[in-house]
Amino acid sequence: MNSSLLLSAATFIYALASVFYIGSFSFKKQAFARLGFWVIVIGLVANTCGILLRWLESYQMGYGHAPFSNMYESLVFFSWTAAALYVFVEFKYKESIIGVFVSPLIFLGIAYASFDPSITSKITPLIPALKSNWLIAHVITCFLGYAGFALAFGFSFMYFIKPKDAGTISLFAKLPEWDVIDELTYQMIVFGFLFLTIGIITGSVWANSAWGKYWSWDPKETWSLITWFIYAIFLHLRLMRGWHGKNLAVVSIIGFLGVLFTYFGVNFFLSGLHSYA
Amino acid sequence: MKQKDSFADQIWMFFASVKLTVYTLVLLALTSIIGTVLLQNGSPEAYIRLYGPGLYNMIQVLHLDRMYQAWWFLLLMVVLCVNIVVCSIDRLSATWKIIFPKNISVNPRRFENVKNRQQFECHLPMDRVAQQAKQVLAARAAGKVIEKTGETGLFVYAEKGRWSRLGVYVVHASVLMLLAGALIGSALGFKANLRLDEGQTADTVFNAYTRLPIKLPFTVRCNDFQVKFYDTGAPDEFKSSLTILENNQESFTEDILVNHPLRYKGINIFQASYGATTPDEAVFEITDNKTGTVETHTIKNAGAVPLPSGAGSFIFEGFLPHYNFNGHNLGEAFIGRLDTTNGNNVQIVLPTRFPTFDKMRKGRFTVEVKSWDHAYYTGLQVTKDPGVPFVYTGFLLMIIGCWVTFFVSHQSVCIGLEQAGSGNTRVWVAGRANRNAQSTNLTVKKLVKELKDVSGK
Repeated sequence: MNSSLLLSAATFIYALASVFYIGSFSFKKQAFARLGFWVIVIGLVANTCGILLRWLESYQMGYGHAPFSNMYESLVFFSWTAAALYVFVEFKYKESIIGVFVSPLIFLGIAYASFDPSITSKITPLIPALKSNWLIAHVITCFLGYAGFALAFGFSFMYFIKPKDAGTISLFAKLPEWDVIDELTYQMIVFGFLFLTIGIITGSVWANSAWGKYWSWDPKETWSLITWFIYAIFLHLRLMRGWHGKNLAVVSIIGFLGVLFTYFGVNFFLSGLHSYA
Repeated sequence: MKQKDSFADQIWMFFASVKLTVYTLVLLALTSIIGTVLLQNGSPEAYIRLYGPGLYNMIQVLHLDRMYQAWWFLLLMVVLCVNIVVCSIDRLSATWKIIFPKNISVNPRRFENVKNRQQFECHLPMDRVAQQAKQVLAARAAGKVIEKTGETGLFVYAEKGRWSRLGVYVVHASVLMLLAGALIGSALGFKANLRLDEGQTADTVFNAYTRLPIKLPFTVRCNDFQVKFYDTGAPDEFKSSLTILENNQESFTEDILVNHPLRYKGINIFQASYGATTPDEAVFEITDNKTGTVETHTIKNAGAVPLPSGAGSFIFEGFLPHYNFNGHNLGEAFIGRLDTTNGNNVQIVLPTRFPTFDKMRKGRFTVEVKSWDHAYYTGLQVTKDPGVPFVYTGFLLMIIGCWVTFFVSHQSVCIGLEQAGSGNTRVWVAGRANRNAQSTNLTVKKLVKELKDVSGK
């Protein structure tokens, strides 16, 4: 048993969960969604063990570092945080169908890590810039933020599927009430915003001890700030201007595009200091 | 009748509006993108090569080559600050009255149409239930429990988290604190580069942007630089041993690594880069292709040795960390000079990665570098930023403020009691909050359960 095997297993388990959730949505079978939830929980267990085992393996190889050092490891961790947060939310709010757009995101993260040939899954030693106690704090907080935004994105999507008129017979299963979706999206964004804020701050303090400046307008920094601005706009529109529903969902989706560009776009299209992931 | 707003009022309202906040944030987000796709701090030649002279003109006019320091970008930040200040002053007086009221007034009517309101009857007289209700509420709420007699019966009220309404002001103050720190840093701080060979000392650094010299309050010496690699060839560790000297006296010696800078007297010294520098001596092998003689010499930097059969001399002239050969970087290379008695005087380059490189010259003598002691220079970044304590305070305030704003709410709970005849009491429980309704609903549920338990229902 090694970590790659466990993590590929987690990929397929998440795929299965997505199938159940989408099946439940399309065929109006609530039971499928209940099943999907437990499959996600199993996937989360496999994902957790995979990450812990990889950590152990890096010690056995003599490198000894937390598995947060490259694109592969960050994608695996992204799926883990999104799955963990989702399990918590479904458990707390008892709305199972909301996983229909979230479970595919969880699957896509870890699947992308496994199937893109340009992303290596090899355990490599830490480069000098990453050798710091800030690594764990920075990565965990940033990815909790990303997970919150990913879930908010998944929930916002429902505004474009659910018929406005309650009387209309929908092609799809019954989605939660509008105010529940609204509340969930807001809660996820608040959660994401707090952790993105802490993530940027820990990154900034780290940069000050590694590069000598807490802020240098590096593309990764700038794009994380742009994302922060978008969600700050979201919060002001909702809390101070009374925005809700579809209009606000659009802002949440734009925000998630910002997250995606900060995460992937910056590394693919722009060059900067933050080249590891 | 509504009075017409004066011009000053209109300006005030403009700067107090959330609309302005949203537009400013949108503009900041959109314009920030430019600097991530357009080269920053480049040379004019670089811009002309990349974008052409026409576009370069536009870049210069709009200061897009240093856009995060451009007047219009800073203006956006100033607008945001003014917006925050005016808006906070505008709202704070109202919030202040809510947070520190002269006396807390309880109005049970406010709880009449609350969604989470629950009602039930219990078989106990009203005064007994009131006692229980006070105890249950006192156990849950942080503040004191207020009792009030109304027309229909008795009300017991408690609340908590009134102060949490201040959280949002803390967040906004933290933004001002951050920007103040940034301003102090850019006015009184600097960022400079320093290149030190092993053994070299310096007390002056050069500003990274203006290239102007800056005198340090001490002298720094690089004793030694070491680079370690993993088996995979990836770099493991860069380490410079630095000694700080004051008044020609050694103060202390410290190793600096990436992520472990040296901080002294407000100056920070970071490990930034390194490179190879001219070794003190190297071993050269000189072959006379005419006679087949092979001689090996250890030559000091700038030293010379006679060539075989007295044909002239070979001089070790220098060292290049990156030798450019027809557009290819061949890496480290030694530079030598062959000065032969027949009047030939040629400079030769000896890339260490290609030992037979000099054979291609097809001269009478072929020179090859056999071994040498690696010598390094360390690339240090030297900074001073007196704004950092302000920025870090801002960071702390922002995290605390965000936490309070989003996760602590001003909650109030009211329990109403009415006589229901034959010693029974009708009880209702309802709660309100300025945010996070979910947790208030939960509190109401728990209160109802506890009340039912203690009143034997």
